[in-house]
Amino acid sequence: MSDKKEALFSKKNLKLVKDPLDDNNPITVQVLGICSALAITVQLKPAVVMALSTFFVMCTANVVVSLMRNMIPSRIRIIIQLVVIATLVILVDQTLKAFVYDVSKELSVFVGLIITNCIIMGRLEAFALANNPWKSFMDGFGNSLGYALPLIVVAFFRELLGAGTLFGYPVIEKLGLYELGYENNGMMILPPMALVTCGVYIWIQRMRNKKLIEEN
Amino acid sequence: MDVNKNSYTIGFATLMVIIVAALLSSAAIGLKPLQSKNIEQEKKQNILKSVGIELSRELAEKDYSNYIKEELVLNHLGEIQEGSAFNVDLSKELRKDAKDQSLPLYIAQINGEERYIIPLRGKGLWGPIWGFISLEKDLNTVYAAVFDHKSETPGLGAEINRPFFQDPFTGKTIMEDGKFVSIIVQKGGAKGDVHKVDGISGGTITCDGVTGMIEERLSKYLPYFKSISTSMQVQDALEIVTQDELNDTISNINKRIID
Repeated sequence: MSDKKEALFSKKNLKLVKDPLDDNNPITVQVLGICSALAITVQLKPAVVMALSTFFVMCTANVVVSLMRNMIPSRIRIIIQLVVIATLVILVDQTLKAFVYDVSKELSVFVGLIITNCIIMGRLEAFALANNPWKSFMDGFGNSLGYALPLIVVAFFRELLGAGTLFGYPVIEKLGLYELGYENNGMMILPPMALVTCGVYIWIQRMRNKKLIEEN
Repeated sequence: MDVNKNSYTIGFATLMVIIVAALLSSAAIGLKPLQSKNIEQEKKQNILKSVGIELSRELAEKDYSNYIKEELVLNHLGEIQEGSAFNVDLSKELRKDAKDQSLPLYIAQINGEERYIIPLRGKGLWGPIWGFISLEKDLNTVYAAVFDHKSETPGLGAEINRPFFQDPFTGKTIMEDGKFVSIIVQKGGAKGDVHKVDGISGGTITCDGVTGMIEERLSKYLPYFKSISTSMQVQDALEIVTQDELNDTISNINKRIID
């Protein structure tokens, strides 16, 4: 490798992964992909499945678009990006249905949600169109982790407080809290509480990370 | 090359569409046999589950014929038609007029007892919901029920395919004094009522869909239920009659001997 070339895991490249986790989180800072984040955080399992599928689609789409970046006519680039994402999602769905039927059932509704996830298109438009495939892959990797983190944290609290379970395991019941008069908060499983929990997450994040506070 | 020329743009778009279309359709056609096999196995698994037999998909396929003895197709008058219930596509039948619909019905033999399995299909919040409900020999008591869905909200409406929702259907009855009342899924307070089941918080529209589906589907089978329950009664009556005749003859013989 020539000296001019950047190392694969240079500081700059690692920053692409680290940034979206906190300073530039797609959900809590850019407030993208909120719709899917609110819809599937009732339980941990769907949240994890969604995070994994988004991870796959975002990384692959980023690499594919990055490879084509010099060929895509700028006037139809948004359509091209959408076609790439939709094709990937459908291919994945068809393959899962044929080979791992149970996983595909688990995914059912997410397939549509992945296509409409604004984070994926946002990354293609903002990053993959202007950078090489490896950087785009790192960017996709970082952003899907940044998407997964708040999703799983919110789902953790909503499932624990709303249904008293984690991954379907009855935690509260095993701890014997029901006998002491504890009751599940049914409100937590309703959509508005996803927004509130997300809000609390953003609040705590901004308390820790002063960079995120805008000056008035 | 200028990538922003009109001709290039049109050419690029055309090529892209052709490649994507070829890719997707070959994937769809190539994977179709595997997919339909999975779907068929799952249907068999669900049918068996609705009579309380839980097996893996592969085992369900193997053991299916050991349990399911008859696959009938009925018309709206409850008369048996030609064909096999398994091949009836409910989603197509539901679009027809009530008179033209074919009604699939499975009869299972479990421990020597007959169970009547009725396939269900209806509308949830986002898409179709379906399932199977099995009745005991009295054609009134529910033996078990399974439900599934295409795209209900995960964690809310999608929970209709979980045991906590399905199990309470067992033992509920669909008739009250000879009249059809179906089973209602309602918000809270269903405990102790033989025609009601507790719903899922946050999944009300899906649960209403389940209520509607059970009522609409079961009501179509009432003519058939009536005809077989009368034939069952006739059979019972005949048995009693022959028993009586036998007793009479015995007592007559006894009388003669005494005389």
